[in-house]
Amino acid sequence: MKARLVTAGQYVFLTIMALFLVAPMVVVTAVSLNSTRRMSFPPEHVSLIWYGTFLGDAGWRASFGSSLLIAVSAALLAMSIALPLSYAIWRFVSPIAQGLAALAMLPFMLPAVVLSVVYLIFWGWVGHPGRIEDVMLSHAAAFLAVPLVTVGLGFSLIDKSLVEAARTLGADETAVFRSIILPILTPYIVSGLAFVFVLSLNEYIISYMVAGFSVETLPIRVFNSLRLGFEPTMCVGATLFMLVTTGVFLLIAAIGDLPRLLGADRSRG
Amino acid sequence: MTERIDRASRSLILSWPALTIVSLVAIPFLLLLQVSVGHHDPSGLWSPGFDLSNFALLADPILLRTLAYSAGLAILVAIVCTAIAFPLTYLITRMPRRRQIAWLILLLSTLSLSEVLVAFAWQVMLAKRIGLSEIFVVLGLLSEPQSLSPGFGAVVSCLIYLVMPITVLLLYPGLSRLDRDLIEAAQTMGASNRMIFLTVVLPMLRGPIISSAILVAVFTIGTYVTPSVLGQPQQWTIAVLISRTALSDGNLPGSAAMALLLLAVTLALTGGTILLGRKKESGT
Repeated sequence: MKARLVTAGQYVFLTIMALFLVAPMVVVTAVSLNSTRRMSFPPEHVSLIWYGTFLGDAGWRASFGSSLLIAVSAALLAMSIALPLSYAIWRFVSPIAQGLAALAMLPFMLPAVVLSVVYLIFWGWVGHPGRIEDVMLSHAAAFLAVPLVTVGLGFSLIDKSLVEAARTLGADETAVFRSIILPILTPYIVSGLAFVFVLSLNEYIISYMVAGFSVETLPIRVFNSLRLGFEPTMCVGATLFMLVTTGVFLLIAAIGDLPRLLGADRSRG
Repeated sequence: MTERIDRASRSLILSWPALTIVSLVAIPFLLLLQVSVGHHDPSGLWSPGFDLSNFALLADPILLRTLAYSAGLAILVAIVCTAIAFPLTYLITRMPRRRQIAWLILLLSTLSLSEVLVAFAWQVMLAKRIGLSEIFVVLGLLSEPQSLSPGFGAVVSCLIYLVMPITVLLLYPGLSRLDRDLIEAAQTMGASNRMIFLTVVLPMLRGPIISSAILVAVFTIGTYVTPSVLGQPQQWTIAVLISRTALSDGNLPGSAAMALLLLAVTLALTGGTILLGRKKESGT
């Protein structure tokens, strides 16, 4: 009897938490499907009219485009730094590589507003302020810790004796990398890229401080519209964004072992 | 010979990471230090120098009150969030694999929502017409429908929503690797679930709890969007003041000094949490 009560309590708790997590997404999606301009929930008449308006608006399309461009570049850039660095840490005992990695972890551990001041000042000092490239590079630096952790996790799973055996059998460094290291590492590279992509896609304060006056990413545009009042197209932008990011994580779950990637022990999971 | 090749290839491999990390992390942070003691130029720029007057700005009572408010908010959110996320994560790790993955995807999807979108969604949800306030009226919590934002409650709820997935994902590895034999042993010896939770599970998770609390506090203390969207001016955080000093007032040295102060408070908060964790450990 007591055990049943505990289980019921757990069930209620989990339901409340699921509702709490899902509610904002449901409300925004529902409002985006409303046919009237007024903000109302549940929608009075379901229609896709605001999706048409959103897609027909050059401003929203441009914002969506620059957000995607920044996120893809930041992810690739961060990975281009994290992959060789993690390889060096794994392959050689190098204090320089260790020091660089420690430095690279720093930005992720600081409040975002501090980073935004740092990069606002930095790009002004370089003499190249307010450009889209600045946002890409700043995001790559801000989120560098993420691929370092995921790729580092991947390298830690490689059996070094296997690599030794391949070398003894005459495989050169490139062959070892291609035939042994890369297959194990691939899911960790993909997830590192995906995490940076999603973080950059949604980042507001750094983009705003570094280039908010010339580059309007989707979060910046939504924030600016919020000040001017409610617009149904904002809900459309938000819904499309949620679909993109949820899609990315479904993809990771499909190709990789999500619990393991997030640190669960496979033998128990 | 191989030693030589190793060294050459090592430098080659490290050259790109070294170049980017030095120029995108090390130099910008050194520049922050330099600008914080630079002269404020009314044109919105700065000139090098050794001007400590920027730090005099930090004695401003409004700034100090805002900083104290931000730190208090960070501590509150970290405690409430950990108290909810811990049992939630524990239950998730006990689920069958498929349901676990569904919960993880749900959490990752909310984690991946921009703070702007989440704050916007909460604003919509808390608006008078949308219905959450009407539900509260039915429950007897409110006498008539009203807009629940802006306000302190709206800011705290939205921040908890934002940090919940981070906390769960940080507690997840530790809880899912928790030694089940130990729990079973405690059960066979007649310990109640509550006893097991307090004396076996909680102490083993001290490390992850502390690190997730630190991460949540660091995120909350530097938050800009949530208080500006869901709060009134008295709920603005230090981040709002810093960005105003930098962009509206065009005072880069002043904002650099404020950023350093925020850094110092963040480090103190982090160090304090770690010390608190150690103290508890020696106490048990």
